[in-house]
Amino acid sequence: MESTRHGLPGLITAREAGLVACTRCGQVHAGGAVRCKRCHGPLESRDRQSLQKVWAWLIAGIVAFIPANIYPMLITSTLLEHTESTIVGGAIQLVEHHNYGIAAIVFVASIMIPIGKFIAIAYLAISVHRHQILKMHQRHRLYDVVEFIGRWSMIDVFVVAILSALVQLGGVATINPGVAAMSFALSVVFTMLSALAFDPRLIWDADRTAS
Amino acid sequence: MTIDPDALPPLDDMIACPHCDTLYMEQDLPDGARAYCRRCGVLLLTSEPGAIVRMVSFASAGVVLMIAAISFPFLDLDVQGQHNATSVLHAIMAFSSGKGIPLAIAVALFIVVLPVVRLLALIHALGPLVRGARPHRSARVAFALTEQLRPWAMAEIFMVGVSVALVKVAGLATVTVGPAFWAFVALVVITVLNDQIMNRYSIWKALDTGFRA
Repeated sequence: MESTRHGLPGLITAREAGLVACTRCGQVHAGGAVRCKRCHGPLESRDRQSLQKVWAWLIAGIVAFIPANIYPMLITSTLLEHTESTIVGGAIQLVEHHNYGIAAIVFVASIMIPIGKFIAIAYLAISVHRHQILKMHQRHRLYDVVEFIGRWSMIDVFVVAILSALVQLGGVATINPGVAAMSFALSVVFTMLSALAFDPRLIWDADRTAS
Repeated sequence: MTIDPDALPPLDDMIACPHCDTLYMEQDLPDGARAYCRRCGVLLLTSEPGAIVRMVSFASAGVVLMIAAISFPFLDLDVQGQHNATSVLHAIMAFSSGKGIPLAIAVALFIVVLPVVRLLALIHALGPLVRGARPHRSARVAFALTEQLRPWAMAEIFMVGVSVALVKVAGLATVTVGPAFWAFVALVVITVLNDQIMNRYSIWKALDTGFRA
């Protein structure tokens, strides 16, 4: 059988069999179907606009990430001083107070994961057009990780929400959210949408069309 | 490559891998078995007796805990006699002044509304199966909703955020943890356990069987 060339013997895709499968519930339909009879989700053999949506959301996410890092995330006022701290500034403050573990959580969730995600999604979207057969499994793993981990960047937004609610002590100390909280939340949402728009079947198709 | 349509088995007997589109014949698994995609390794089906009963009971417990989590005091801050008690609703309202309203709505959705909607939709979809009855007509829509909302329900992330916030104010003030805090912790544990048991393709299959019965 021709399809044994790349994958394991005897495995064919729904597309090769002239069928279309639902990615939500796994139900298989005849070729022309457009809506899943089981879960009513939209059907498409391959989401042709997938990459367009991925890039659009990704760029929106990167754009929103810029003000998120320039403007203050937290505005702290005490009797004596008024400080505004950015995301990175907040992590540095934690290090200065010797809270290394928490500083690491904040730094990883707010800086490393978002930037890592931008790079990972861009790489996945670009590599769909290239035929790196050996790397399919690693790319699929990368897709799983990106999809799983993206939401965790929201931690910092929730930290700001709790701190602003908790520390409202009139003149003694108040903490208020800064502009960056909003842009950061938007950036996380946009990159989540970008990852969700990616059709993982494209990873596995690339090698079939290659040869 | 095309295949003669007549040579294919009935479509309902097949399942396609959602990640790599590989076709399989759907089989009844022995109890406790798990079926993975041979090409990309995604978990396709599980067979755990009692999984649905557990999911519905966890979800019901989750709804009760969420009611407790939003009605009781969450955290209490004390600096030299100055008090500030915070509920989960206060945390949501923190952004609600002026420009922050969209963010307040988003936070409310992420930590309260969507988790509750997911739990209720799950109970609605699977509840009748537990009693051995036919699922509601809207069961499939409800379960599809549960799955669609999964990435957007962020109660567990909120709790990690709360822990970080507690450490940040620890030096500044005394923080007392209220009953709502523990309700939220329990809710998170339940939600995580529930998502561990839940295998969506097996549930679609169980719903199909329920409708046929």
